[in-house]
Amino acid sequence: MIPQKVDYKRAGSVAEALSLLSANPDAKILAGGHSLIPAMKLRLNSPSLLIDIARISELRFIHEQDGGVKIGAASTHHDIVSNATIRELYPAMAEAGELIGDTQVRNVGTIGGSIAHADPSADWPAVLLALGATINVEGPAGAHDIPASEFFTGFFSTALEEGEIVTAITLPAPSAAHQSAYKKFMQPASRFAIVGCAVAIVADGGTITDAKVAFTGVSDAAFLDEAVAAALIGQPAIPETIEAAANAAAEGDIHINEDHFASQAYRKHLAKVYAKRALVEACGL
Amino acid sequence: MQHNEPDRNNNAGQEARRDFLKQSTLLTALSLTPSVVVQAAEKHLDEKAAAYFEQVTLKLTINGKPYTLSVEPRVTLLDLLRERLNLTGTKKGCDYGQCGACTVHIDGRRTLSCLTFAVMHEGQAVTTIEGLAEAGPQGKLHPVQEAFIRHDGFQCGYCTPGQIMSAIGCLREDRANSPDEIREYMSGNICRCGAYNNIVDAIAEVKKGGQKV
Repeated sequence: MIPQKVDYKRAGSVAEALSLLSANPDAKILAGGHSLIPAMKLRLNSPSLLIDIARISELRFIHEQDGGVKIGAASTHHDIVSNATIRELYPAMAEAGELIGDTQVRNVGTIGGSIAHADPSADWPAVLLALGATINVEGPAGAHDIPASEFFTGFFSTALEEGEIVTAITLPAPSAAHQSAYKKFMQPASRFAIVGCAVAIVADGGTITDAKVAFTGVSDAAFLDEAVAAALIGQPAIPETIEAAANAAAEGDIHINEDHFASQAYRKHLAKVYAKRALVEACGL
Repeated sequence: MQHNEPDRNNNAGQEARRDFLKQSTLLTALSLTPSVVVQAAEKHLDEKAAAYFEQVTLKLTINGKPYTLSVEPRVTLLDLLRERLNLTGTKKGCDYGQCGACTVHIDGRRTLSCLTFAVMHEGQAVTTIEGLAEAGPQGKLHPVQEAFIRHDGFQCGYCTPGQIMSAIGCLREDRANSPDEIREYMSGNICRCGAYNNIVDAIAEVKKGGQKV
């Protein structure tokens, strides 16, 4: 289908994008367009104006910062997975990025677009939660930071306020004994996660001293599973620990998605299986 | 030399069917429109059309030729290529970024032309399947095109332009070092006839032969 009539402006800077956005409340920010354009074709979204931020150089960078990495929002998935520092410091980022869609999608789709769209089956949200990332946001009231754990608020919903855009994602410096992994069971055509699990652990002398386990595809939004983390912290990094922790996944009062790809019971089962696989890899077992 | 839209009078036979389809679609649309609307529309058709379909000037290089075009922002690169420039080698399959039939190269990167608006590519260089072979009726095919023919890398052929554009990307990215790697990095191109084995063989042969792609 063909989208409704729309105007188009290419912003040259973040300031210009923000002023266009405040002057046009119906406008949508366009970067890669790989989530927005399909929605416009289906007429699920009919903005009056597209503000193209893909060529704003201050939004497309990856650099080291305080031992961690800061990623500009308009960086493509390809930019991220081909960055040597990210591959070395955050294996989960590389694993997740390489499983997004296909090469054509990764060449154009952006991390900022993915998280602002907040598809409940997208890969980045789970990884950013597990790594304790910070989302850098700019809006009419200036710039501020939102922890990933407060950013994904629900079904296609985020903590972004009216007129705000994501400018960057900051990944904190990993500690010496940090390991991370991402495993997913994917929908075979779209390759979106039916269940995706990102884990980040710190194992000091064989004992797990810190752990974050996040899921995507399981519920309305990506979430940190505190019960799994609690079953890992303070325990030895051995198969028995992982087995017990993985079995705690997606329990409690978490709403579990259900569709024609996977029932609630099957998704719950997959969450445990993929938590286990990600933990086995992160623990080097 | 600047290239604009193709001159339809010079290849009338080729374009007759396409033009007929366009005209008959328009007539059907008009016949379904209430007469009051038609009268009003006739009166102000030109100015209304101009105001409604607001166009943006766009400079693109397509297959090495510079184009200056006037397009609506909502026109995808795929529709621009097929409907305006008659470069119908690039195919529309799903139109939602899942099948890969519309794959072209933009500034050397394989890209889904159905999931990108043409206006986003001001000043950029697009290569389509039509831009691969040497010019002229005796022009040599691209090594990947030749390999697809040798290995029968198609059945109905609808996905083939996208497969070939993607295969060139796969080879240039150095992601064709094993059949498994080729399958993974060609996963964005679906072939419903199931010519996958022959496609993998064709790509592996070009890789092995070390030809420049």
